[in-house]
Amino acid sequence: MVELSSPPKPQNGFWAQLRRIPRAWIGGALVLFMVLCAALAPVLSPADPLIQFRDGLSQMGTPLPPDQKFPLGTDHLGRDMLSRMLYGAQVSLAVSFIANLTAAVFGTLIGLLAGYYSGVIDWVLMRITDVLLAFPAILLALGLGSVLRPSIPVVILILTIITWPALARLVRSQVLTVRERTFIESARAVGAKDRYIIFRHILPQIITVTVVWATLSFASTVLVESSLSFLGVGVPLPTASWGNMIAEGQSRYRIAPWMILVPTAAILITTLGFNLLGDAVRDALDPRTSQRQKAS
Amino acid sequence: MRKGWRQAAPFDLIRLANLCGKQTVSAYLIRRLLGAIGVIFGVATITFLMVFLMPGDAARMYAGPRAPEETVQRIRVLWGLDQPLPVQYFRYLGRALQGDLGNSTRDQRPVIQAVVERLPATIQLALAGLFVELLIGVPLGILAALRPGSWIDQVATVLALIGISLPQFALGLVALYLFGFVIPIFPLGGYGTPLHLVLPAIVLGIGGTAFYSRVLRNSILEVANEDYVRTARAKGLSPRVVLFRHILRNALMPVVTLAGLDLALLLGGVVVIEAVFGWPGVGLQAWTAIRNQDTPMIMGTVLFASIAVVFINLLVDFLYIALDPRIRLTKS
Repeated sequence: MVELSSPPKPQNGFWAQLRRIPRAWIGGALVLFMVLCAALAPVLSPADPLIQFRDGLSQMGTPLPPDQKFPLGTDHLGRDMLSRMLYGAQVSLAVSFIANLTAAVFGTLIGLLAGYYSGVIDWVLMRITDVLLAFPAILLALGLGSVLRPSIPVVILILTIITWPALARLVRSQVLTVRERTFIESARAVGAKDRYIIFRHILPQIITVTVVWATLSFASTVLVESSLSFLGVGVPLPTASWGNMIAEGQSRYRIAPWMILVPTAAILITTLGFNLLGDAVRDALDPRTSQRQKAS
Repeated sequence: MRKGWRQAAPFDLIRLANLCGKQTVSAYLIRRLLGAIGVIFGVATITFLMVFLMPGDAARMYAGPRAPEETVQRIRVLWGLDQPLPVQYFRYLGRALQGDLGNSTRDQRPVIQAVVERLPATIQLALAGLFVELLIGVPLGILAALRPGSWIDQVATVLALIGISLPQFALGLVALYLFGFVIPIFPLGGYGTPLHLVLPAIVLGIGGTAFYSRVLRNSILEVANEDYVRTARAKGLSPRVVLFRHILRNALMPVVTLAGLDLALLLGGVVVIEAVFGWPGVGLQAWTAIRNQDTPMIMGTVLFASIAVVFINLLVDFLYIALDPRIRLTKS
């Protein structure tokens, strides 16, 4: 096939493709459910997540199991678990979303720069990613979390730091192949500036990589955020996040298993939803899969 | 022939083969080694910067809030904290080169000694986790590849997705509740007998299981299209012999690479699992150090673990070359 000298359209029929994959529907439904939980938390919550109910503890001072007043039970301070789970969804999803967005923008930019300008810039940027990728992510996060005072912006920063290098490498490898195509050469021949070529010609070609990556990486960001909050270097108490709710339940799971089961279920719904959705998005964008589907 | 294996070549193999076209394997190995040293240097620089970012005064923390200023100053001089930053940096690098990762601010024990002491427990857990991954992942991958598109392949796909979606620490607590408390088969955390190892190893390995089965499945499907597999079938060999002698041997190559890379991931997961199960390894120690604000201990552990990961990856690369005769053959 003759390659045209104008940029080829990267996608056609992506949504039609995606609609045909059942995983997309299931994943989308799970994600939508959790997003609604977070968005409607003030409406859906029976109580303030921080209120310690006087009747929220048994006479022995232990958390209450699920009943009519507290649908998902109470925690060790007599707070309503359902409300904490819903408000926790706000925190966990917002933190992961912002961290992922920042990492996606930063990683894509670095990848574009490294891939387009080979040579010294490429070398320096890629060595930085080498070093960051050498750290086991959780340990690096623990280290950062221990030197910086835990707060929500710090969690976002940490998650961004451990997330962007992998994307930058991925984008770079894509840019390297796109860079050699004829339409880039013609753009350069007619005197287009570097910035114009990078953002108008190369970016549209590689943006799908970023999109798939961001969907798939959302789940792992949620997991790392909850792990950090669980270990005490994430979202600080008393703000509810699923991770620190599980941490509070850790020493009490024998008398109050709902304290760990409720946030665990919330995490699982979210990560499973995003993984199913991300997997489907990848399949829908992969020309090989779509050909197979057309053939069958 | 050459074109055939290039298509099937996974990951590093392609890069490696391209390199080998221009230079010899030993030149490649030297480059890899130099690269690894560079990365370690970078890792050490970052950990140093993180120690320097630490809020508060390490000397003051060690001396206690009511210690007189002179004492704190003496500790500062003793630890070299009064020196300018570049001097501290080069001293830090020099000491790290000699295996000195600093001392715990809590009990003044050398960090390296504390880490090495806890290392066997962590290695034991990591290897057990890896074992679980391979034990379930490899058969599942083979089964899925035997009938691509069948129900077992579908189930394996779904299991893979669930596996990577599971929050390990939460799963660990749920497992402790179910199999330690409700049905008391296993001890509620701790260390010692093989029984103590079962739950943490399963929880650690279960996520990666899915991953391996997917990689092996795709790798088998790729290798199955190779010329030499067709030849083996044409010779009239039984499907079983073809599968185990001809396909699996080659299809396991990416799994070997992954197992090495995966150890890095496992090391991260180990921290969380150790915290949940009270497993007395390096991770639990690092976690305790965070609560004690023992920064040298945390950073020493981070540095140690990262260096370990770099070396494991290097070893895997070398192992790959040793395992695959095709790479050695392309030596010019």
